[in-house]
Amino acid sequence: MSATFEPIVGRYMHLDLFGRPHRIYVEQAGEGTPLLCLHTAGSDGRQYRGLMNDARVTRNHRVIAFDMPWHGKSSPPSGWHDEEYQLTSAQYTSMILAISAVLELDHPILIGCSIGGRIALHLALEHPESFRAIIGLQAGAHVDPYYDLNFLHRPDVHGGEVCGAIVSGLVGPDAPDSERWETLWHYMQGGPGVFKGDLYFYKLDGDIRGRVAEIDTSRCPLFLLSGEYDYSCTPEETLSVANSIAGCEVTIMKGLGHFPMSENPGEFLKHLLPVLEKIGRS
Amino acid sequence: MIEALQQRVNDDAGLVRRGRYLTTTFLLEVGPTAWLISIFEGRIVSVTRGPFVMPSSAFALRAPEAEWAKFWSRRPPPGSHDVMALIKRRVLKAEGDLQIFMANLRYFKEVLAKLRAAGAVA
Repeated sequence: MSATFEPIVGRYMHLDLFGRPHRIYVEQAGEGTPLLCLHTAGSDGRQYRGLMNDARVTRNHRVIAFDMPWHGKSSPPSGWHDEEYQLTSAQYTSMILAISAVLELDHPILIGCSIGGRIALHLALEHPESFRAIIGLQAGAHVDPYYDLNFLHRPDVHGGEVCGAIVSGLVGPDAPDSERWETLWHYMQGGPGVFKGDLYFYKLDGDIRGRVAEIDTSRCPLFLLSGEYDYSCTPEETLSVANSIAGCEVTIMKGLGHFPMSENPGEFLKHLLPVLEKIGRS
Repeated sequence: MIEALQQRVNDDAGLVRRGRYLTTTFLLEVGPTAWLISIFEGRIVSVTRGPFVMPSSAFALRAPEAEWAKFWSRRPPPGSHDVMALIKRRVLKAEGDLQIFMANLRYFKEVLAKLRAAGAVA
């Protein structure tokens, strides 16, 4: 009997966020240029397992993913049981900058998907000096609600079942079954109301349509990659953002959906590796 | 074609098991043609073609024939590959008591995908 181990190592860190103590789970693999990874709404850092387990990425990059508070193995803050979780742009921004600072990351590359892609646009606009480059996956400036979000958190609908089922069609048709269902499993494991609370940022508070054209890519290079089968952030929406920002590079990834790094890491890396090489040369 | 739903669903033991707490009737409209689909504990017990005088159902899913045709194609194009995508494009109307639909969303997605041409991804 034998076992194999992945190169990923995880730890818990304690730090204050938004004036409150938090216990945050962070994992990493590789050495080199820091690559800070932001997971999607209602999921966690396991979405980046494909990058952390690929030597083509880790031989030149220290890949770091943290679970946001309330997500994955990170706890909600003390007192959570009497609160409604709602993610705001201000909280999300300060969390990313604080975690990057305490980990002493020197101008990391930032990569974020969905809500992570949206906050990537916010950071490209407001904190370009903090990052070497920013990669937005499934990044759009705004998404209109297209279903009643209350179904994500009510006692007569199972939260895990509905969160998995809501996003199942966002996975592209070519995703290997094992990665498709791993991706959905993360959604099924989310805490009550957490996915809904993230969507407060995605669909209401984080609207950046009015300011996205002000992003200056000469201060921080910006790359947008979006999957063809994503109907939450459609290729058209990503192209619209890209076309409004001078110097922004955009790729539409055929056959992929809303979770490229998790649903189909092999195909996604064909698109990501050239971007990382380009950033490495600059 | 819609009549094939009964056997395709009932032959899928996993799908029937996932629907074991579901007993309901829903209305499926494919353009001008309406179908009443009755489910008992996850098994489809009847698929009845309209027109109906007073159809009684928990909820209804209504979309134009051309949209369902794309949805049921072997490899649906982006935007036609999932009922939520159809809802987002405002071509599928889901009306009625949607708690039943949402509480069993995976089940209903997989039931509807049973009408896809052979070899299609669920």
